[in-house]
Amino acid sequence: MSTATVTRRTEGGAEGPTRRKLTPLRLLLHGFLIAVALIWLFPIAWAVLTSLRSYEYTAANGYVSLGGWTLDNYVTAWQTAEFGKHFLNSVYITVPAVLLTLFLASCVAFVIARFSWKLNLVLLGIFTAANLLPQQALLIPLFRMFTEVPLPEFMSDSELLYDSYWGLILINVAFQCGFCVFVLSNYMKALPRDLYEAAMVDGASIWRQYWQVTMPLCRPALAALATLEVTWIYNEFFWATVLMRTGDKFPVTSSLNNLRGEFFTDNNLVSAGSVLVAIPTLVIFFMLQRHFVRGLTLGASKG
Amino acid sequence: MSDLPLIQADRAVPPPAATTSTGGRRRRLRLLSRTDRVVITLMVLVPLLLVTGFVWLPAAATVLLSGTNWDGIGPLNEIEFIGARNYSDVVNIYPPFVPAIQHNLLWLAALFVVATPFGMFLAVLLDKELRGSRFYQTALYLPVVLSLALIGFVWQLLYSRDQGLINAVFGSNIDWYGDSSVNIWAVMIASGWRHVGYIMLLYLAGLKGVDPSLREAAAVDGASESRTFFRVVFPVLRPINIIVLVVTVIESLRAFDLVWVVNKGRNGLELISALVTQNVVGEASRIGFGSALATIMLVVSLVFITIYLATVLRENRQ
Repeated sequence: MSTATVTRRTEGGAEGPTRRKLTPLRLLLHGFLIAVALIWLFPIAWAVLTSLRSYEYTAANGYVSLGGWTLDNYVTAWQTAEFGKHFLNSVYITVPAVLLTLFLASCVAFVIARFSWKLNLVLLGIFTAANLLPQQALLIPLFRMFTEVPLPEFMSDSELLYDSYWGLILINVAFQCGFCVFVLSNYMKALPRDLYEAAMVDGASIWRQYWQVTMPLCRPALAALATLEVTWIYNEFFWATVLMRTGDKFPVTSSLNNLRGEFFTDNNLVSAGSVLVAIPTLVIFFMLQRHFVRGLTLGASKG
Repeated sequence: MSDLPLIQADRAVPPPAATTSTGGRRRRLRLLSRTDRVVITLMVLVPLLLVTGFVWLPAAATVLLSGTNWDGIGPLNEIEFIGARNYSDVVNIYPPFVPAIQHNLLWLAALFVVATPFGMFLAVLLDKELRGSRFYQTALYLPVVLSLALIGFVWQLLYSRDQGLINAVFGSNIDWYGDSSVNIWAVMIASGWRHVGYIMLLYLAGLKGVDPSLREAAAVDGASESRTFFRVVFPVLRPINIIVLVVTVIESLRAFDLVWVVNKGRNGLELISALVTQNVVGEASRIGFGSALATIMLVVSLVFITIYLATVLRENRQ
């Protein structure tokens, strides 16, 4: 459709008037958008720039200068903040949480989309709304619950749900499920129903219909959701801040807060630390941008 | 937090309705074998228990606790109901409460009056299939992939008193994060920086779903571009508009990470969410206060969540 419009416009533009008249406006528009885009990129660019300069140089010459290039900040930040350990903690939490979220959400979504029971709408509401509640409002009972539920020692050295990876994984899954149920059930509802009729004729059980018919068809939606959920759970700050105690177990986003003291006097270190923490999400963003945007706008493409 | 469903964007394009017949329900149930029924039950029950146990029960417990004098440590059977006393205490003898409400409202107003319309405006501009649109979009939603906590640190590089860029350029000597008369504005700018990209993305997806023939018809009728937008496109996007509104309210209620990394929500940065957290994990644990504050948050957010659900589920059924 858009090609047709473009051609038509070019043909009309050959004579000139409409296209010409628009040019200054278009220029203005581009100028404005470039300005906004640069302003938006600036804080990140500034962080990268600062992280590459030595503290001694910027302390002597001020930040509005050029020079003192070094990678030392990254080395120092990595060592003082023990980023290696915290990144690993993030992996321990994010990977199982994302897999479990997608699995459980796809189960519920499948049932909601496959059958047309009246309760389905209620179910969808319960899940979707859960994702929107302010986390802080649940903190008090959850905090108490986490400190009461025992775990065997091989699962957590705190022997409680509190201060354990298990607790964080579960709370993240419970919170993120709603969003995925909502997206996946919409996606699954758009799949042709003949598939199930055919599968039923073949005598496929519900589980096989879910696992071998529906799930393979949902790959694009699952890829998009996985990309989003990895970013969100990696970025999750609140739960780990309040439901963890041992500094060594903090995932990287929440460990940021503990670094404040150590880094306080040295902005170049702060920026190197920030860039290190941002790298995984930026890599995901640039490599999987298609999935990321798709996850946010899923459905627009399927119409 | 970035975990609001941004997905509503797609609601502008109603998905093909599921072809189902309610009449076939009984027949279909009977077609299911015993194993199938067990499997279906498990598929729903396990996630449902998780969400109920970790989200809905704690929410209900928060409301209950707000009417008690529990200290958070003592045994649960010593709890006494004290009616609305926590609420009156919060309002009357808890100094940070009023500033927190003011800050939350200010936050909401800033997002609602500045950031949200700006994001919508950018979406309208970017919807024009400009050259380089990809670059503009990427630049604008790049902050969306960063956590709010990290954004607090990134902006510290601009805001810091001795080493920040702003003071270096303007020769000022303001502690943007520390001075209680300006810090709320400083963090709101940082949060708006992220919010604009988020809204832009939501709205752009909505705009892409608008039937192009609508615009063509308006153009044929000689309507100007702004007229077409306000009279034709904007009303068609009603569901998206509601969703953007709800997302803005909920985002401003949940604003937490940013103020927590700056100074744990004190000294000019009081927010309801931060007060709740201070009352639970802080040095003075006042469960009654905390629960009353949390209940206020819950009630406000539930109003908007209901609006949200009504909108998306109605769209959903069409």
